[in-house]
Amino acid sequence: MRNLILFNSPALIPILLMGSAMLLLIVAYKKPRLAYWFTELILLSTFSIAILNLFRVLREGAIHYRFGSWLPPIGIEYVLDHLSAFFMLVINGIAFWVMLHAKETVPYEVKSKETPYYSLVLLMLAGFNGIVVTGDVFNLYVFLEICSLAMYGLIACGEKKAPFSAFRYLIMGSLGATFYLLGVGFLLTATGTLNMADLKVILPQIAHTPAIWIALVLILLGLGLKMALFPLHGWLPDAYTYAPSTSSALIAPTGTKVAAYALIRFIFFIFGIDVIMKHTPLLTIIAILSALGIIIGSVMAIAQKEIKRMLAYSSVAQVGYIGLGIGLATPYGLIGAVLHVMNHAVMKGLLFLVSANFRRKLGHSNLDKLDTLTRRKMPWTSAAFAVAALSMVGVPPTVGFFSKWYLVLGTIHTGQWLFLATILFSSLLNAVYFFRVLERIYMKPYKGDSPQENDVSCDEVCPSMLVPTLVLALTVLLLGLFNMVIVNNVIKMIVPQGL
Amino acid sequence: MSDLFTGYYAYVFVFVLMMIGVYGILVKRNLIKKMIGMTIFQLSIILFYVAAANKWGGTVPVLDARLGTPLASQYINPLPHCLMLTAIVVGVATSGVAFALIISTFRRFNTLDENELLEKMRKKDA
Repeated sequence: MRNLILFNSPALIPILLMGSAMLLLIVAYKKPRLAYWFTELILLSTFSIAILNLFRVLREGAIHYRFGSWLPPIGIEYVLDHLSAFFMLVINGIAFWVMLHAKETVPYEVKSKETPYYSLVLLMLAGFNGIVVTGDVFNLYVFLEICSLAMYGLIACGEKKAPFSAFRYLIMGSLGATFYLLGVGFLLTATGTLNMADLKVILPQIAHTPAIWIALVLILLGLGLKMALFPLHGWLPDAYTYAPSTSSALIAPTGTKVAAYALIRFIFFIFGIDVIMKHTPLLTIIAILSALGIIIGSVMAIAQKEIKRMLAYSSVAQVGYIGLGIGLATPYGLIGAVLHVMNHAVMKGLLFLVSANFRRKLGHSNLDKLDTLTRRKMPWTSAAFAVAALSMVGVPPTVGFFSKWYLVLGTIHTGQWLFLATILFSSLLNAVYFFRVLERIYMKPYKGDSPQENDVSCDEVCPSMLVPTLVLALTVLLLGLFNMVIVNNVIKMIVPQGL
Repeated sequence: MSDLFTGYYAYVFVFVLMMIGVYGILVKRNLIKKMIGMTIFQLSIILFYVAAANKWGGTVPVLDARLGTPLASQYINPLPHCLMLTAIVVGVATSGVAFALIISTFRRFNTLDENELLEKMRKKDA
């Protein structure tokens, strides 16, 4: 039994999630309450498998899994290397804690459709994990569409405007996936293979042909649309704002990150930096667009009055950091980008959970209506928000500081001072829009007549919502304190040789 | 130049189809028309794969001489066709989800025109 699990461990998580997404519809057909516990059980097991997988990869190196024992260039291969194992752990960890939070919010926001909702969640996570673990570029396309289709559904079951924003996302997402597919078509006709490892061997030999450049541009365009890289981010703010709280808390930390994973995989591991740098200025373009995205996303976030919408625009800016790290194409840049994927996942998940707590208890998450009364009512939620806000700004003991630190190191090493200025300036902008909220929660006195401020007792959300919020807040601090362990043992192994 | 049209006319056709699809997505205001544009765009990619796999005088990759030919050089690569089978399934699923979203939007706002929809949403905010 143990051997069986060990042997199949790379494929186990996607298959488990996909199978249980179907099984859930039968199990929880009559009792919707069962769906929550079933989902949590599955997510707990995938979370533990992901942890075990990461340690196994650290010990043994990359694990190759061949479906039906067909050898790679012909059969489909799953490869679990350091990058995949790390992303897998981030995705499944966030999913577990965010879904733990869903017990009260989902029945409240997605009335009477709980069972299909949880099923879609599992299906989406199956797609994410599939993208991360697959070693075949066409397989990646299929998983990209599986997770996107589930995501459209998860967004559409929100507020009144949600279906329309989901539709816009669908159009943009399908456009992106189709561009990606066209790029894969060029690769297939030029090389005759779809296997990532095989492509890596063949591509440098024919890198001078225009077909390869076109394939690269199309793939980057497609993944950029999925990742919401500026200026392709148009679908993101509406989709995140109108989605149910649990959906945004789940999609914002993970959805754009898997596209970032695919981007890293293509740029650093399939095409290789040398090939791209020699023939095209694409990486510089990515870096410049990301820098613009950081600034414009932050400025737009400052202009928002609603916390969820503010967080959505802030996501555009944060994706920019990841893109900037990729575009720098230095070891420090890549470390910063990968570390920021984890950091942003934890921080943004936490922030969306806090906004969900506000919405559940206060009935809104409107910036203008928050004051010290909020803090008196919900001291723990406010404290969690403060931690996340400090981390987003980049105050030292929290995680947010360290990924920015590595990005700054990357810009200094390459002497790109304009990008350095961008990162520093954007931290200032982050401070503007997060301290504005903190100021209201902690400083602004309550102006109404009744109840008197001192009479208000603590009225915190229920434990099932509070515990995940606090755990993620603690994670923000702990990951910050132990970031050296993660960087030295895991992320440094990700950086490919010759970078 | 004429070489481009005689040798690669299938790709020119695919490209024109693709641009029609992008035009539909970006310019048309009606959600259903946007959907049609998206479907055309997806179909053009499917045709691209099938056209790329084509080989004049080629035949099915079956060893049996009665069904195909034993000459490996005459085989048409079946891989792109298999991939496109999957892509068609994905396309159908996407259309299904898109139509569900369109129906749900229409029930809530009673219109499918993008400008009108945005107008109504703005009014609701105010």
